[in-house]
Amino acid sequence: MIQISPHAEAALTCTLDERSLYLRRLVLGSVRSAGRGHVGPALSLIEMVRVLYDDVLRIDPTNPRDPNRDRAILSKGHGCLALYVLLADRGFFPLSELDGFCGPDSILGGHPEYGMVPGVEASTGALGHGLSIGVGLALAARMRERSYRTFVLLGDGEINEGSVWEAAMGAAKHGLDNLVAIIDYNKLQSYGPTDYVLPLEPLADKWRSFGFAVQELNGHDVGALRTVLKQVPAVPGKPTAIICHTVKGKGLPAAESNADWHHKNKLTDSELDAIRVAVGDF
Amino acid sequence: MRNTAMNMVHKLAARDERVLYIGSDPGAGTLRAMSKEFPKRHLIEGISEAHIIGMSAGLAMEGLLPYVNTIATFLTRRCYEQVAVDLCLHNLPVRLIANGGGLVYAPLGPTHQAIEDIAIMRALPNMTVICPCDADEAARMMEQTLDWKGPIYIRLGKGGDAIVSKAEHGFEIGKAILMRPQGDVLMVTTGIMLQRAFAAADLLAAQGVRAGILHMHTVKPLDTAALLHAIRGVKLVATLEEHVPSGGLGSAIAEALIDKLGAGLPAMLRLSLPDRFMHNYGSQDSLLKKHGLSADAIATSIEHALAASRTSAPQLHPT
Ligand SMILES: Cc1ncc(C[n+]2csc(CCOP(=O)(O)OP(=O)(O)O)c2C)c(N)n1
Repeated sequence: MIQISPHAEAALTCTLDERSLYLRRLVLGSVRSAGRGHVGPALSLIEMVRVLYDDVLRIDPTNPRDPNRDRAILSKGHGCLALYVLLADRGFFPLSELDGFCGPDSILGGHPEYGMVPGVEASTGALGHGLSIGVGLALAARMRERSYRTFVLLGDGEINEGSVWEAAMGAAKHGLDNLVAIIDYNKLQSYGPTDYVLPLEPLADKWRSFGFAVQELNGHDVGALRTVLKQVPAVPGKPTAIICHTVKGKGLPAAESNADWHHKNKLTDSELDAIRVAVGDF
Repeated sequence: MRNTAMNMVHKLAARDERVLYIGSDPGAGTLRAMSKEFPKRHLIEGISEAHIIGMSAGLAMEGLLPYVNTIATFLTRRCYEQVAVDLCLHNLPVRLIANGGGLVYAPLGPTHQAIEDIAIMRALPNMTVICPCDADEAARMMEQTLDWKGPIYIRLGKGGDAIVSKAEHGFEIGKAILMRPQGDVLMVTTGIMLQRAFAAADLLAAQGVRAGILHMHTVKPLDTAALLHAIRGVKLVATLEEHVPSGGLGSAIAEALIDKLGAGLPAMLRLSLPDRFMHNYGSQDSLLKKHGLSADAIATSIEHALAASRTSAPQLHPT
């Protein structure tokens, strides 16, 4: 029997502060206007993306191509609403863009595109690409003697892809301690539980054995995320993997740990009412 | 051709500090001199093609210029999504140096024979596809790769292909070379089919047939202007390629002619490999011969096609 991590239990029970609720309102507002969106995947990411953009990344929204900026890649591109709301909130583009999500003339597609969205470092959506690109960015930083760091956000289902583990070996080979893999371990993928689709445990051991310094935490705990993300590399000379125990759909009781909320089309009136109860009027 | 292209990577690295060599698990000693002179820019990253392409994308995003090198089939089939998304969608200057394009690895069987690589690479927006004909041209081609925007797929032949290109031909990516002025027929070639076209043209000349040769080293972007110029007055356009019939040079030429000429198309003959995997081994030469791509067979096919085009006018409304 696999022990349930205390971080996973904490992720299920912890409450969300006002900023986390506000960001969820923005995500759900976009879904409401677009009539579609990957709800569960975005809600499980919010705190990780929030702490990165609020507290960790050295970035300047007025100079999004600054060569010394930290790089962040959302490898699980379908979770892009979490990224879009943070980028908009931080001023990379106007908040009003969020209403156009997936529209014919919007910069904001159902997966993030480099060159279209200020602040997006790589076009993702095909799973399993981001960590390799991150290895390239991190290696380039070393070659060019730049101090930026590279953060890559991955889904737990995404790491079914063999390319992720190729990249992990490459990162360890080069001792890329300027590279951080953040895993959104929400235990669900598209069809259902990761345990059913393709079991990942022992997950921390896997990353450790691939040469990463591993941290585990409740991925909805803003304080814990700040502490861990501000202390990278966890071990000098090694890439860092941060396993964030999360809840897919966190903050919306109907959506929590519910594979039916992986992607949603139109939200019904009763769903909208339930959302208002959960996160406030929007 | 392969050694020349490899050595050129070293030469370019000496001139331009953006240049990196990235191999997966190449033969022992590949670019040894470069690994000594520029150890940090000679990277061997393991049998992990998908990862290597993604990593090269990351490096190119930061201004480096990766020359990624492995066997053609693995550089195309294995990591197609990474090539499409990481390289082409981001339009990044990564150079894919594909060893053993076509049937170079004939004895190793279908897993190693790159017979559809031109088609699948050419289908990708932003990709450039180049097939040099010999080592000298490969060297001139490599010179042009430092400042070309976007990804390039370079299909290399094996070592020791007869040198038929000349310095005065020059080399410009996307500019076809008229190797012989057009006559009754224009042969359009890419890669090492040029050597065969020369031999076929000599055989045809002995039969009183004047054959021109247009060497389309860059299959994408296609030099349509040179093509339209070269077909003037010819009775037959024959394409020669070491590739399946779908999507390669013959397709590219046919598409260009249809787009530009509409109803006024010249007679066309597409000589290629058949639409199937090869289950014969032997050598590149023996397989090409088996599939009608020896100089003799090319000349004969062209003679037949010329004869057919004389007797049968196009029938727009068959009864
Ligand atoms: C290469 C690839 N295969 C399949 C998909 C379709 N797909 C989109 S999301 C998803 C599930 C991803 O699960 P996970 O990584 O756990 O992220 P989560 O949705 O749980 O946040 C799948 C299979 C894809 N986008 N890319």
